[in-house]
Amino acid sequence: MSEFAVKCERLRKAYGPVVAVADVSLSVRRGECFGLLGPNGAGKTTTIEILEGLLSADAGDIEVLGLRWSHHADELRQRLGIQLQETQLPDKLTVEETLRLFRSFYANGRTVEELLQIVGLEGKRASRVGKLSGGQKQRLSLASALAGNPDLLFLDEPTTGLDPQSRRQLWMLLEQFRERGGTILMTTHYMEEAEYLCDRVAVVDHGRIIAEGVPQELIARLGEPKVITHHGTLEDVFMSLTGRHLRDE
Amino acid sequence: MSEPSSHPLVQLTLARIREFLREPEAVFWAFVFPIVMSLALAFAFPSEATRNVLVGLEPGPATQSLRATLEASKGITVREIRPDDERRALREGTVNVVVVPTTPPTYRFDPAREESLLARAVVDDALQRAAGRADQWTAREEPQQVAGSRYIDWFIPGLIGMGLMTNGMWGIAFGIVQARMRKLLKRMVASPMKKSQYLLAQLLARLLFLPAEVLVPLVFAMVAFGMPVNGNPLTIAIVVLAGAFSFGAFGLLMAARVRTIEAISGLMNLAMLPMWIVSGVFFSSSNFPDAIQPVIQVLPLTALIDALRAVILDGASLGAIRSDLAILGVWGVVPFFAALRLFSWK
Repeated sequence: MSEFAVKCERLRKAYGPVVAVADVSLSVRRGECFGLLGPNGAGKTTTIEILEGLLSADAGDIEVLGLRWSHHADELRQRLGIQLQETQLPDKLTVEETLRLFRSFYANGRTVEELLQIVGLEGKRASRVGKLSGGQKQRLSLASALAGNPDLLFLDEPTTGLDPQSRRQLWMLLEQFRERGGTILMTTHYMEEAEYLCDRVAVVDHGRIIAEGVPQELIARLGEPKVITHHGTLEDVFMSLTGRHLRDE
Repeated sequence: MSEPSSHPLVQLTLARIREFLREPEAVFWAFVFPIVMSLALAFAFPSEATRNVLVGLEPGPATQSLRATLEASKGITVREIRPDDERRALREGTVNVVVVPTTPPTYRFDPAREESLLARAVVDDALQRAAGRADQWTAREEPQQVAGSRYIDWFIPGLIGMGLMTNGMWGIAFGIVQARMRKLLKRMVASPMKKSQYLLAQLLARLLFLPAEVLVPLVFAMVAFGMPVNGNPLTIAIVVLAGAFSFGAFGLLMAARVRTIEAISGLMNLAMLPMWIVSGVFFSSSNFPDAIQPVIQVLPLTALIDALRAVILDGASLGAIRSDLAILGVWGVVPFFAALRLFSWK
């Protein structure tokens, strides 16, 4: 069995003249949390959706859990948990009904009770999805991704738009998933999220990886912090590499 | 743990049904609207047999005796009217004929209006007879309250057909376009869900609503208007299924690629509005010129309503409506496979 949960080489994807992914190679070890970091439009979502088998690449070689989308799509779908950016689950269904629906797609997995408990939504089981707060919706979305008890979780900006407390709550849930041996590949444009959750990160800009490594090493590579009181962050890494802010206007 | 069936097809169908039932507007249009509509039309077009002719009588020396004569005759309602009010009363139909008490009497009426002509004949008959006209004979009358040939009887199958079209197309298309807009379709194909099961569930949910959708207006018309249902229930069910499949497939095709509710609304109106007008929901499609009849006759709503009327009112057999069923079949199969080819899950 491959030691890598995800391995891709020389990925390329263009939409007409617009090159979304120019050249991306990366590998995620089993049990690792790997972050794709970069501003909006850097190619993070396109990259992760290619790896999720939702988009086809123009060129490149992809292996997920040692399998290939071209031959093992059904098996891969059973073993992956996927959270997309901006999915809105049906407002009119209750939390429990939503989980029962997603759970029904998987041959094996957790019970609806376990899922409710894992994400702490037992008290909200009978609530309509439309009535949930942003943080609760995001936890429900995570629970639906965990329904098949996946080995590998793909998360596309899982905490965008959440308040700090909801974000912390979600981080804890993701840590618990790691503790049970799960692998995570996620995108984010929040520095502190990547520093907190990820073992390794790749900084993406204009469809290419411009830096890769352990967050602390990347920060250390910068050398002396420019301001005494300011500890180095990934934000500084990005700025020194590109001369731009990560969340540029 | 006591879970209801966890088969994905069951869960997908349940999800669709729940979404529909929890949308009060959708329930109103599907179930309450047909009843309101048939009530309104029943009041607007009451059965002719119960209607008296309305006679206006001008004041004059002979008014009293004329009035007594007319009131003694069946089917006449008399009221006195002043010459100033005559024109308006005739125009608005509050009187059908005005009798001026001259000798012999004068009738004022509008010969272009059927009810006016009828009133003139009824009044003349009554007055001539009272003046001593001897009838050669009295015909034996066999009044028939012809249930099944009133406007309301004719209208109800059209209403059911229209409901099957509207609910079929909207019921399928709206849920799909909304799910695509909310990136839910994409999320679902990122799971191991089978695409065919998702589409099948949309059709199944429609199928489960059909009995109520058809029976509510049908039973209502039977109870409230005494509408006869002469057809074999199985034959009616087959026609309803064919219609539902046809419009469901049509809805699927419309929703195959559309990404916004606004766009699907426009497409739906474009497809449905002409059929509401020409397919014989409210008035017979034979009113349209012969030149466009070939087009009208192959529209799915025309075929569905023709078949429903033939089966429900005349008790037609399956064989008698086979050309209608064939038209519905073509309108179902072609859009269905086109939709499967074009369908976008993104």
